[in-house]
Amino acid sequence: MAGRHLHREGTIRIPSGCAIAAMMDRTGGRHDGTDILRSIALMRDRSNGLGGGFAAYGIYPDYAELYAFHVMYESREARAATEAYLEHYYLSEKQERVPTEDHPAIKNPPDVWRYFMAPHPMRLPASGLTEAEYTMRHVFHINSSIDGAFVASSGKDMGVFKGVGYPEDIGEFYRIGDYGAWAWTAHGRFPTNTPGWWGGAHPFTLLNWSIVHNGEISSYDANRRYVEQFGYDCELQTDTEVITYLFDLLARRHGLSQEMAAHIMTAPSWQAIDAMAPDQAAFETALRTVYSSALVNGPFSIILGSEEGLLALNDRLKLRALMAAEKGPMVYLASEQAAIEVVCPDAEHMRSIEGGVPFVVQLDEVARRRQREAAESCAVREQPRDHEVGVRPCRRKEA
Amino acid sequence: MLVAEAKRIEVDLGLSHFKEANEQVRAALAQADEVVVASANAQRYLGCALAAGKRLEIHGTPGNDMGCYMDGGAIEVFGNGQDQVGNTMNGGTIVIHGRCGDAAGYGLRGGTILVRGDCGWRAGIHMKQYEQKRPAIVIGGDAGAFLGEYMAGGAIVLGGRAGSYVASGMHGGIIYLRHPLAAEEVPEGVVQSPLGEEDKGLLAGLLAAYNGAFGREGPSLDGADEGWWCLRPASARPYGGLYAS
Repeated sequence: MAGRHLHREGTIRIPSGCAIAAMMDRTGGRHDGTDILRSIALMRDRSNGLGGGFAAYGIYPDYAELYAFHVMYESREARAATEAYLEHYYLSEKQERVPTEDHPAIKNPPDVWRYFMAPHPMRLPASGLTEAEYTMRHVFHINSSIDGAFVASSGKDMGVFKGVGYPEDIGEFYRIGDYGAWAWTAHGRFPTNTPGWWGGAHPFTLLNWSIVHNGEISSYDANRRYVEQFGYDCELQTDTEVITYLFDLLARRHGLSQEMAAHIMTAPSWQAIDAMAPDQAAFETALRTVYSSALVNGPFSIILGSEEGLLALNDRLKLRALMAAEKGPMVYLASEQAAIEVVCPDAEHMRSIEGGVPFVVQLDEVARRRQREAAESCAVREQPRDHEVGVRPCRRKEA
Repeated sequence: MLVAEAKRIEVDLGLSHFKEANEQVRAALAQADEVVVASANAQRYLGCALAAGKRLEIHGTPGNDMGCYMDGGAIEVFGNGQDQVGNTMNGGTIVIHGRCGDAAGYGLRGGTILVRGDCGWRAGIHMKQYEQKRPAIVIGGDAGAFLGEYMAGGAIVLGGRAGSYVASGMHGGIIYLRHPLAAEEVPEGVVQSPLGEEDKGLLAGLLAAYNGAFGREGPSLDGADEGWWCLRPASARPYGGLYAS
């Protein structure tokens, strides 16, 4: 398609605002996409039609144990190559075109397919990788090596619906009213540094992570150099991509809670640390020292989606606005208060997300479980390290 | 458009785009001195450059930059304000019977903003004064961080608690605080002190305006004579030597 000849993420830099919104039912009750669409549509003027999208959690309960890949194709060849690749590494339970509806405002859409797959039962163990690591590497391979194919989402029981257009038009194009999700996030894009194209629209995802982001981080290169050391390819050169990888690294690989990961990314200033009690100051100093390159600077407000729920975060100086409110089991987030009220006029406890203070909304069942599991909640050195008791050379941690 | 009485027109904005919404409001203001917006939903720039003698009453949630460049008019919001309320406003009065978002009174040049509840971050950023133009912001609740950042003139009154980094880069004007800052929270170049006699008149006037607007809705702000503190720059040009010596 024509998009092939256009500038892409990574080939050009354009110095912009965005709109973000989310809603979630903490009890896990599923809601269709009608409300999130109305919420993001109210903030139309914050985006410019060059990108819109939605992430939805809990939409594929019949395939909840399988990876659900949403893949965008520019050509039949790209699909053939991608499917041959996926067939080699995964067992596909089901594959089909993602249902879409012609929309006058959506021009030249790619061919979007979805695949419900399990990692190949022989190749996964042979790879010596965890399931998540295995999947991440194959996503990176497709996105970097198969021309005209882009994996838009690669999680379980979740999916991303995004493209070039205003979010409300994209939502209608993908018929998001037909899906039931316990959490929805949405993004209206006003691209600043990179051109708008289908793959580059938000939410940006990896595995179960999805991020919608309003802002522009100034620490991009420091963060990129850091995550690249751990095997993350920053192909798109977007802020959103690098923030997603930081969460994956800190929360999935290092086992920290999402809240702690967010805290590391918006660490307190040295001035604030100096004013802390000695124990806390030592802890914060250690965090800032170990994770100095994970500090995210510059204006941003983000909403992270995962199998646990939502996490909203504003930069430490709160250079972007983000509001939160609740009603019963529902939690609402949006760049503007009115975008919450338009779908929930009697929303309660309307407040802003403070700078550098993670706002966490977890599924009720997850909240109890994670409290016990998070690495920082566990005693240090419960067990000796492998190299202290082993007689063979160290293997990679992932092995 | 409903003409309820000769001088008062009611308009319903619904979900209309800000361009049409503002055209609708301006058309109504051309016919009447008082316009009631029955339901605002995030439409930006309502009351932009509103002239003296005109009054806008807004129900619902008006969008960003409400009352921007306002020039002597009056806006009263029965609900919350979003971000940048009264951006670069030149004169008039904004009354909000709720909370407001970030950067209220951004570059305020004149007039008064009264907020019954809390305000977001950076209220009064770079507000200024010149001769008889003495803008003021009164916040009944708590303020987010960076209250009065780069403040160059006018007055801010805070009834609740301040967030961190109050008066960063302040080089003019005065901030009245109900709850004094701890010594280490007072930024360099700014002095905190009890009220002097000369400060009491201005504060009393602003408290009276606040109590007049919200008198029956919640606790009033009292006691201009005692229990208030003020922040002001330590010298006329505290940053004079920052870039050039």
